[in-house]
Amino acid sequence: MKTPRIPAMPMTRRGVMKSAAAVTAAGLILPHTSMPARAQTRGGTFRVGIGHGSTTDSLDPGLWENLYVQTFAACRHNYLIEVGSDGQLVPEIAESWDTTDGSTWVFTIRQGVTFHSGKDVTAEDVVASINHHRGDDSTSVVKPLLAAITDVQADGNTVVVTLEAPNADLPYLMTDYHIPIMPGMDGRIDPASTDGCGGYIVESFEHGVQSTVNRNPNYWKSDRAWFDRVELVSILDPAARLNALITGEVHLIDQVDPATIGMLESRGVARILSIPGNAHYGFPMDSRQAPYDDNNVRLALKYALDREAMVDVILGGHGAVSNDNPIGPANRYFNTEMEMKTYDPDRARFHLREAGLDSLDVTIAVADAAFSGAVDAGAMFSETARAAGINLEVNRVPNDGYWSNVWLNPNGDTPFCATYWGGRAVEDHMFTTAYAAGADWNEGHWNNERFNELLIAARSEVNEELRREMYMEMQQIVSFEGSTIIPMYNNYVMAVANDVATPEQISANWNFDGFRCVERWWMA
Amino acid sequence: MIALRFALGIGLLFIVSLIIFGATELLPGDLAQQILGQGATPETLAALREQLGLNDPAPVRYWNWLSGALTGDFGVSLSNGRPISELIGARLGNTVFLALYAAALAVPISLVLGILAALWRNSIFDRAANAGALTAISFPEFFVAYILVLWLAQTGLFPSMVRINPATTFGDRIYMTFLPALTLTLVVTAHMMRMTRAAIINLMASPYIEMARLKGLSPLRIVLRHALPNALAPIINVIALNLAYLITGVVVVEVVFVYPGLGQLMVDAVSNRDIAVVQAVALIFAGAYVALNLIADVLSTITNPRLMHRR
Repeated sequence: MKTPRIPAMPMTRRGVMKSAAAVTAAGLILPHTSMPARAQTRGGTFRVGIGHGSTTDSLDPGLWENLYVQTFAACRHNYLIEVGSDGQLVPEIAESWDTTDGSTWVFTIRQGVTFHSGKDVTAEDVVASINHHRGDDSTSVVKPLLAAITDVQADGNTVVVTLEAPNADLPYLMTDYHIPIMPGMDGRIDPASTDGCGGYIVESFEHGVQSTVNRNPNYWKSDRAWFDRVELVSILDPAARLNALITGEVHLIDQVDPATIGMLESRGVARILSIPGNAHYGFPMDSRQAPYDDNNVRLALKYALDREAMVDVILGGHGAVSNDNPIGPANRYFNTEMEMKTYDPDRARFHLREAGLDSLDVTIAVADAAFSGAVDAGAMFSETARAAGINLEVNRVPNDGYWSNVWLNPNGDTPFCATYWGGRAVEDHMFTTAYAAGADWNEGHWNNERFNELLIAARSEVNEELRREMYMEMQQIVSFEGSTIIPMYNNYVMAVANDVATPEQISANWNFDGFRCVERWWMA
Repeated sequence: MIALRFALGIGLLFIVSLIIFGATELLPGDLAQQILGQGATPETLAALREQLGLNDPAPVRYWNWLSGALTGDFGVSLSNGRPISELIGARLGNTVFLALYAAALAVPISLVLGILAALWRNSIFDRAANAGALTAISFPEFFVAYILVLWLAQTGLFPSMVRINPATTFGDRIYMTFLPALTLTLVVTAHMMRMTRAAIINLMASPYIEMARLKGLSPLRIVLRHALPNALAPIINVIALNLAYLITGVVVVEVVFVYPGLGQLMVDAVSNRDIAVVQAVALIFAGAYVALNLIADVLSTITNPRLMHRR
């Protein structure tokens, strides 16, 4: 009897680890093949094939983690505030918001919006929806993000949020995809309910298989949700996803393999959308452990890889080089003035000598679970590092369990590995999540005094110019003293059938037009 | 005779259930720790252990699990809290449907091909059938599947993926599931066909076939009436093995055609460490193997009068 073969499948653990904040920033970048703008039309069934989704997905917004549940959520839910295609905040359930001192925020709730069940959306519902992610018994993954909120109160048709310290970015936090507005009952939402106030009403769903939603006839937005019906299908196999698009089974797919783009375009049935965002791939080093505790060693490694070549080979050109900077071009305070690090073996050797070393023997643990192409990227790194006298051994580790056993060096044997981050619109989120001393996901176990001071000071700084300067300096510190090598920003690459029309501007904050393709796109 | 086989099958399942339960007992940490992960505090751990009944001794927990499983109650999934029987229900139906569909195609094809190949041994037909079936079985399943997609789906004849739900009509189901069923047919046909051919050819050398031939019977009648009944036992066994494979081993085909079957559920559960689901699916797979082999044994006994009427 044959043994059943199990193919390597794209596992989605990265989502749960990395999806803390869902806010964004400006992205004034057009897809390289844009359709001529045409009047939107109603109707049609929009079918989406998504390379994520599993039987263990949950309806509980506190546990959402992958593109499948994110897009499903965008079908049925609205949020307090939406991130527009241009990265600006757009009022959604919150009609307006205001603060006097940065620590007390007042959100005015839009009147006349109803849930699918017919119930009106009230301030109490908003309070319940936010409180689902707070409190001792909350299991939400965004609990740490909302930890600074000390109180949420409904007051008439407004919601008052009180923070323990001023934070100018609170409205951005409220766009997080984990915090949809759901009907409250006695101050709590029912996390197992599919009821929402979004553009589509759930007809049926089966986790990890497919879900079907129909247009909400009472939707309050008249210029959104053009499709009559949307079907989301989980298609984990990249080839099956591509086939589904070519044979017309679905209209949109994510994670298009760069190798197949030429073939797909020659078919003439679909076009590629390649959207640059803040998402990036990297190689964190445990700065507590020798030799990575020496910044010269870290710098030597940073000069020993060819960023341009990685963008070409690993991303197939669908991306941009990064200067070891987790803040991306779609961020407000993106620092473009830093000296760009290039592949420079002599400079790497210089830093090795500064560290008192003639050569360096290190091992990097990689798996494609970290990002697609991580194993190849490790091999390329190893190749270019040799010229700098660095003997970089590539240790290919299993995909399964990568985020729990390898990433963050929990066992002390993988101080140098690979990582992936989705974009963060707000600089503070990115830094607080992965670079602040003691943060749970501080991959480099990095602790820089000056950086930590700036991080706290910038959060409540109201002077825009000073704030900008602080974030600029923080990026400089992370880039040249940090413990994570970030060679590239990766684009969101998706393929859309020619019979679906897309707006001229596609949001860069998340994949699938910020998950809102179901609302913003229409049948051509 | 049959009763003994049946008892042995039950005993075997019992041992398998012990192994499945024991294997999960050997895992480091316990289920409560698994569920809570990093967020585990001593109080929440104790509360969850109490809730899951993890404080009972192992034999008691085994008994609770087994008696639940016997009545179709496998408990709840650890990762999303839904009843496992609900998770498995529709998928088990899908898996069995695909297996039966593939079997309905593969069994007649392989029997006919096998009989004809035996009949026209060493002819062009025999060689072509053998070569074709062996070629199909030699390719990996996903390759066969992709080739079929290229030829039959990209030309628009059949859908490249299966979109079925409980409301899909039987006719649509047959149409949409055709490519996965055909893939599986190509993969299992060679085994059954060659066994049929070999079993019949083996008998063709026996004296009673020689006698039939001397009586002047036609070759087809000799094969169907005289050889085949005696060759049934090994054929039935091979068919049973392949049926069991169709139920338990089609993960790859499920992935390629996006078919919501049990295999995909098991893979998901393993990667998410959802032990309760893994246990349930493993037990179902073991049950399918034992049941099919039992049926094969019973059928081969029935088809053999020497075993049925033993003196």
